[in-house]
Amino acid sequence: MAKDKLTAAIVGPGNIGTDLMYKLLRSEVVEPRWMIGVDPSSEGLKLAAGQGLEASHEGVDWLLKQDVLPDLIFEATSAYVHREYAPRYEEAGIRAVDLTPAAIGPAVIPPVNGETHVDAMNVNMITCGGQATIPMVAAVSRVAPVSYAEIVASVSSMSAGPGTRANIDEFTRTTSAGVRDIGGATEGKAIIILNPAEPPMIMRDTIFCAADPDADRDAIIASVHAMEKAVQEYVPGYRLLQEPQLDEPSAATRGALKVSIFVEVEGAGDFLPPYAGNLDIMTAAAARVGDNIARSILAGSN
Amino acid sequence: MTASDLNTLTRTWSGSHGTEPFGELDLRLTDTCLRDGSHHKRHQFTATEVHDIVEALDSSGIPVIEVTHGDGLGGSSFNYGFSRTPEQELIRIAAETAKRAKIAFLMLPGVGTKDDIRAAQDNGGQICRIATHCTEADTSIQHFGLARELGLETVGFLMMSHTQAPEVLAKQARIMVDAGCQCVYVVDSAGALIMEQTADRVAAVVAEIGDQADVGFHGHENLALGVANTVAAARAGATQIDGSVRRFGAGAGNTPLEAFIGVCDKLGWRTGVDFLQIVDASEDVIKPAMPEECELNRMTLMMGYAGVYSSFLKHAGNAAERYGVSGAKILLEAGRRKLIGGQEDQLIDIALLLKAEQDKQAANA
Repeated sequence: MAKDKLTAAIVGPGNIGTDLMYKLLRSEVVEPRWMIGVDPSSEGLKLAAGQGLEASHEGVDWLLKQDVLPDLIFEATSAYVHREYAPRYEEAGIRAVDLTPAAIGPAVIPPVNGETHVDAMNVNMITCGGQATIPMVAAVSRVAPVSYAEIVASVSSMSAGPGTRANIDEFTRTTSAGVRDIGGATEGKAIIILNPAEPPMIMRDTIFCAADPDADRDAIIASVHAMEKAVQEYVPGYRLLQEPQLDEPSAATRGALKVSIFVEVEGAGDFLPPYAGNLDIMTAAAARVGDNIARSILAGSN
Repeated sequence: MTASDLNTLTRTWSGSHGTEPFGELDLRLTDTCLRDGSHHKRHQFTATEVHDIVEALDSSGIPVIEVTHGDGLGGSSFNYGFSRTPEQELIRIAAETAKRAKIAFLMLPGVGTKDDIRAAQDNGGQICRIATHCTEADTSIQHFGLARELGLETVGFLMMSHTQAPEVLAKQARIMVDAGCQCVYVVDSAGALIMEQTADRVAAVVAEIGDQADVGFHGHENLALGVANTVAAARAGATQIDGSVRRFGAGAGNTPLEAFIGVCDKLGWRTGVDFLQIVDASEDVIKPAMPEECELNRMTLMMGYAGVYSSFLKHAGNAAERYGVSGAKILLEAGRRKLIGGQEDQLIDIALLLKAEQDKQAANA
């Protein structure tokens, strides 16, 4: 019998894993069936059980011993844990969507290269700042050469967990690489700011691109607007705060056409509060990538 | 308490570090013309200017000279302004020029990375100063760990200290010290603190970490209280002091170091700096390198008044000019939004909103 949904396990019942569960519960092609943690008192495990998932605090070792294994694993633990377990997922033939910064598999930004890696055994979601900004770098670079792109991500301190804080260099390094490799800029730079303001600020991102001086200005603006709509398909709270700003080439722009793009990312409020758009865009993108993989597999098997 | 009692410092630099290599110092000064002044200079320092300034400061007896892009290592960017000369080259020139002074560099987690710290050390930087917003100290843990591993002297900066109560700062200072920080600075980035507020903050940090680390103070002039705040900080137990000769720094500038040195002479606090020489350096070397004096004006006063990060000054000015709106209004809104250091990009968003409002009013008129 042809399957109509792939089964999935979420590993890591924290904020991210729990928010992701609510998104996967709405998927037409992925069925979240397991929530895996290591702490019996985890709130995320209780919530998962309440939603009818099989919730276990006995870790991945328990999951991999089951007679029926998931088709997909969403990893929402830490880079350290994922590096340890990724080879075993692959051995068991389970596809992995990695929300940690482990970066074992190729990085995926849904509206940019979402279809490219549907056959990969392991795909990585880069960083929240990357998910929010790389689409806009790509929006510019698909219509004009971009020699340098720089992104500034401002998030509420409340939404930056201990993992991000302990290894903020990983954020800047991974995001910069994504701006270059997936965004299509020759050189990339990333900056992150944690702002403690109360009430918590909604995630804001600014994208600066140094575009070719002869670039088609109208094409850039149209491409940015089209990309806003493409991201809104899976993150409804993603919006341009202003029209893209173009600064004509000068010494201050180092001779480039400077394109400045201002976005805000308001979360869907599934489990995390709406200001945490940075976390929402990660879980929404991961759910989207899971859907893409599932559609590809289901199309092949049917 | 009499005036002369007040002039006896309870904590002194030599009290915890001995006399090497600058003789007995009550306070150890750091000049930051070549880092905080980089904002005022729009990051356009030349190699010659850096050489000449370091030479003048060093021969006057300034023990520490900070050299970096205004926003720290890796700050050269669209958001903060591109450096004319790569900062690593400037650090190297400074280190080659200084005979006695140590060269310090600044880094902000989230802007710079550990690789930048390694490069700065390779170029001769000896003191690694790591700055976070004053509630986000835990983002600096990995960098303090690396800096100590590399054998660098470490300093932590709690920026925008006016926004938090003394006990909050003390807890954040504890995080830095536990991570390997050897001196925590109360940093009045907005020039918004008033003397008693400064003293209370420094005292709280001293009470928390004073037996393990030093405490410093970094002031700004936006309400013209740089020297007064610094005197209050020293009396409360700060033994490391930042300033810039001729105020050469962000906003209305930093605590004018030459004035503070004169005050220290009169109070009997030993800084190891020759007052007449530093005054000459101010006139003959620093002044010619400044694009204009750092002054109290509509914009800079607004920063102290509204508690706005001093380095926003030039960026608010740029956005005001680009979009034909009031720079002072941009700064007030930045204060209302509780923007913190690093969020220069948001000033453009504010300017665009002000412009839209202005255009709407013009259309209705």
